[in-house]
Amino acid sequence: MPTVTATPPLLERYPEGSILPQEGLDQPAWVVRREILEDLARDLRDHPETRFDLLLDLCGVDFPERSERFEAVYHLFSVTRKERLRLKVPVSEAEPVLPSLVDVWKGANWFEREAFDLFGLRFEGHPNLRRILTHEGFQGHPLRKDYDPARRWVLTEDKVYRPRPQQPVEEEDEDLFERMTINIGPSHPAMHGTLRVVATLDGETIDASEVEIGYLHRCFEKMSETHTWQQVIPYTDRLNYCSSFINNVAYCRTVEQMLGIEAPPRAVWARTILSEFSRIMDHCVCNGSVLVDAGALTNFWYLFQPREEIYGLLEACSGARLTVAYGRIGGLAADLPPDFEDRCRRLLETIPPFLDDVDALVAHNRIFLDRSVGVAAISGEEAVNWGWTGPCLRASGVGYDVRKAYPYDLYDTVEWEMPVFQGGDVYDRYRVRMAEARQSLAIIRQLLDSGMPEGPVMVEDPHVALPSKEAAYTQMESMIYHFKLIMDGIQVPAGECYSMVEGANGELGFYIVSDGSGKPYRVKVRPPCFPIFSTFSRLIRGGTVSDAIVTLGGLNVIAGELDR
Amino acid sequence: MESYLPILVFVVVAILFVAAALIAARLFRRIGSGSLDRQPYECGNEPESFAHDHQFSIRYYLIAVLFVVFDVETIFLFPWAVMFDRLALFGFIEMMVFLAILVVGYIYVWNRGALNWA
Amino acid sequence: MTQELITTLVKITLWLVVLLTTVPVMVWVERRASAFIQDRRGPNRVGPLGLVQPLADALKFIFKEDITPTAADRPLYLLAPLLAVLPALTTFALIPFGPDVVIDGRTVPLIVADVETGVLLLLALASLGVYSLVMAGYSSNNKYSLFGGIRASSQMISYELALTLAVLAALIPVGSFRLDEVVLYQQGTWLGFLPRWNVFPQFIGFMVFLIAAFAETNRVPFDLPEADSELVAGYHTEYSSMKFALFFMGEYMSMATLSALAATLYFGGWHLPGVRFSDTWYWALAQGFGILLMKVALFLLFFVWVRWSFPRFRFDQLMRLGWKVLLPVGIFNLVLVAAMTLAGWL
Repeated sequence: MPTVTATPPLLERYPEGSILPQEGLDQPAWVVRREILEDLARDLRDHPETRFDLLLDLCGVDFPERSERFEAVYHLFSVTRKERLRLKVPVSEAEPVLPSLVDVWKGANWFEREAFDLFGLRFEGHPNLRRILTHEGFQGHPLRKDYDPARRWVLTEDKVYRPRPQQPVEEEDEDLFERMTINIGPSHPAMHGTLRVVATLDGETIDASEVEIGYLHRCFEKMSETHTWQQVIPYTDRLNYCSSFINNVAYCRTVEQMLGIEAPPRAVWARTILSEFSRIMDHCVCNGSVLVDAGALTNFWYLFQPREEIYGLLEACSGARLTVAYGRIGGLAADLPPDFEDRCRRLLETIPPFLDDVDALVAHNRIFLDRSVGVAAISGEEAVNWGWTGPCLRASGVGYDVRKAYPYDLYDTVEWEMPVFQGGDVYDRYRVRMAEARQSLAIIRQLLDSGMPEGPVMVEDPHVALPSKEAAYTQMESMIYHFKLIMDGIQVPAGECYSMVEGANGELGFYIVSDGSGKPYRVKVRPPCFPIFSTFSRLIRGGTVSDAIVTLGGLNVIAGELDR
Repeated sequence: MESYLPILVFVVVAILFVAAALIAARLFRRIGSGSLDRQPYECGNEPESFAHDHQFSIRYYLIAVLFVVFDVETIFLFPWAVMFDRLALFGFIEMMVFLAILVVGYIYVWNRGALNWA
Repeated sequence: MTQELITTLVKITLWLVVLLTTVPVMVWVERRASAFIQDRRGPNRVGPLGLVQPLADALKFIFKEDITPTAADRPLYLLAPLLAVLPALTTFALIPFGPDVVIDGRTVPLIVADVETGVLLLLALASLGVYSLVMAGYSSNNKYSLFGGIRASSQMISYELALTLAVLAALIPVGSFRLDEVVLYQQGTWLGFLPRWNVFPQFIGFMVFLIAAFAETNRVPFDLPEADSELVAGYHTEYSSMKFALFFMGEYMSMATLSALAATLYFGGWHLPGVRFSDTWYWALAQGFGILLMKVALFLLFFVWVRWSFPRFRFDQLMRLGWKVLLPVGIFNLVLVAAMTLAGWL
């Protein structure tokens, strides 16, 4: 674990006791008084020795027994220095007010709204503090511990909230009456899943827009708190359902880290391979959507074929295609099928022609270039400020990939390149994904060449892994372990942990707090597409509706992960 | 004029065909349930304003005006094209002058930015 | 007089039968060809090779609920689908489909309306199609439809200029608006081996015509008026049942119109070098019709092929192409063809 604590020059600037470094955690963490939060945040961002330019995540945690009941947890990351810092800001129930950090990190905007929505934390100075994931008519804050998970709300049509795009202030503008406000989504062919954009148009040009999400919200984080640790895994499938296995891995790795165990080599090997196949699927789906939204339907079919074939592999492993639930804390749910290697090698043969066909059709197609080059461009610096990670960020010239910066599983044993493009536009996002899909194939090929490790796919720790059926039926001890694991679940020691993997659309992190019981105390996902999609209004402003549609496809916004 | 009669007949036949199709559909169609689906489609939301409440961007009308200008010019070209063999060199030069004037206007419009959408 | 009316009616019926079979066959071809291009099966359940699928579709259209939005402008809303089919269908009155034949001692031209104004009238009729789209888009009182309608009108009038210029150039060497004379002009050979088709000397004009034809029929890459990923379904978002089917038919018929026009203007129409037309009138008719339809079918296939290969333009790019590229190229082509004719090369 990194051991960096507070950077001295920064600590000295603030009154004694307003920053308390915490020791013994998975990463440096400071408990910060909320009075200094805004100044500190700015310093942390700008000071050359800290340069925390990316706000990864912001979430609330509820500790009803504490005098300051809520804790706002900020996860910071320095892209330039590859360093992490966690800020924890306690606030009381009577006055759950924090300064808004939207001016420091633009990406804080939606995260703060989320904390407001789910915990009732108020952020002073936030430009538009209203509910984001739940319905406008919702009452209470679902992630507070005193909110009954079984409580249901029936919210009817007449409470439908009508977002108002914030008009640019042009009082004198006489064209104003020509503007038209139009709903794009949720039930719109290009609003994959359930997104909604309310746009004010002048002709076809988007003057202003407001993004509305939450149509697929099911409060995954609350559900996690009512299930045992292993039972959470199927819920993670439904986050980014285009690459569900990566979510399994991210969650399991975090819990494994808290338990202090490591999955056996065979499981790690399979996890790496299946994660890369999942990444290929996800990139295929994303680029397919870009192209179908640009009117080139054929490419969509070409890119869905590899996905189909990979589903076959996942099905052979787990029995399921979309929501695989194949990862387990401590390894995998079941051993690999006997023909696993053959299947993988066959896939390595069948996938590239499809990618090549699509590249041949569009990569140099003048119409597609016109539609995508320079469209919705964003600079690397701005993207970082908005909290971008993953392929979208790498398309803007910032080379940050968790697999390179913090190699996990077997990524440091293989040779591969991290594709980085400079344009930051729709076209480069397309190219990054195509290049990454090919790199993933290279990774898989090397892993296959290195040979499949023998051995079990689950740790041999009776407190974590279920005993075999035979043992549970014949041995007393195994039966008791079996009973304890099923009834009480894995006992994870009290503590907290943030761990991340490279998801298909960016850094997929899990921040987990455990109180030492058989159920998670708090599970917070860092959904990579959430901060990316929060930039959408900024990206499409001044462009046409057609641009907006193509842009959306290229951001790879997955509603399951966005709305959780 | 008589040679145009077949076109009129064709129009009548076409109208009959369309009418027959619509009547057939009217006879067999499913009768709808309620009024909810009678609202203009706006992606599942109740529209807060109708399309007719708005005025539309002027740029589209500009295109229409330009079209009228250029289309009228091409109308003049039609008789010339058909009479080309009889007008010969004189007609050619004359029409080149006409086209030159048209092109000057075109360049003017281009330079004024009327052909730029953004 | 009665005799003439009867021949006219027979010719019209002939076209109607052909067109009304062309549309379902085209729908089938489009679906099967797209499936072939996209590496999937396509409709293959209704009848052998799915051939009866269009019929099933037609039945489905008849039985569907017909929804008229309450906010719609009813008269225009009803008129729009009619106008989608009417001009597209009527244009075929002006397409020649064979040589003059002699029936019972009477010379019968194989064209429904043998009029002086030929192409001019055809273009006039074809351009009426835009009204249908604008009316549909406006009368639905739906914002997406309105966008579709507005896009349709701007796009179709913009490309109509280029189309007209290309057609004009093709008429210069012929010296007539009559399409049958355009066909007669193209009989023979260039340089002794090439068919004397306009496409060879007027290749630029043909390209302008072809691109404009795609735009006029709202096909990919110019399908902006209905761009499904942007405008849901564009101008026909609010249409259902048979009214929707009429738009559908209209689109395929205008494709057929422009394909027939392209075949006639640039590829010798019903004529093919080396084919001797029979003296028996019905054989001659079958030959002419067969050759024309074959050429039209090739064009239609091309339409389908392009549709499943390209992305679509953005509106400003479409306008730029129409006004800043096709229009000047069209004028250049006109001057070029005039000069070549003057020099006696054509």
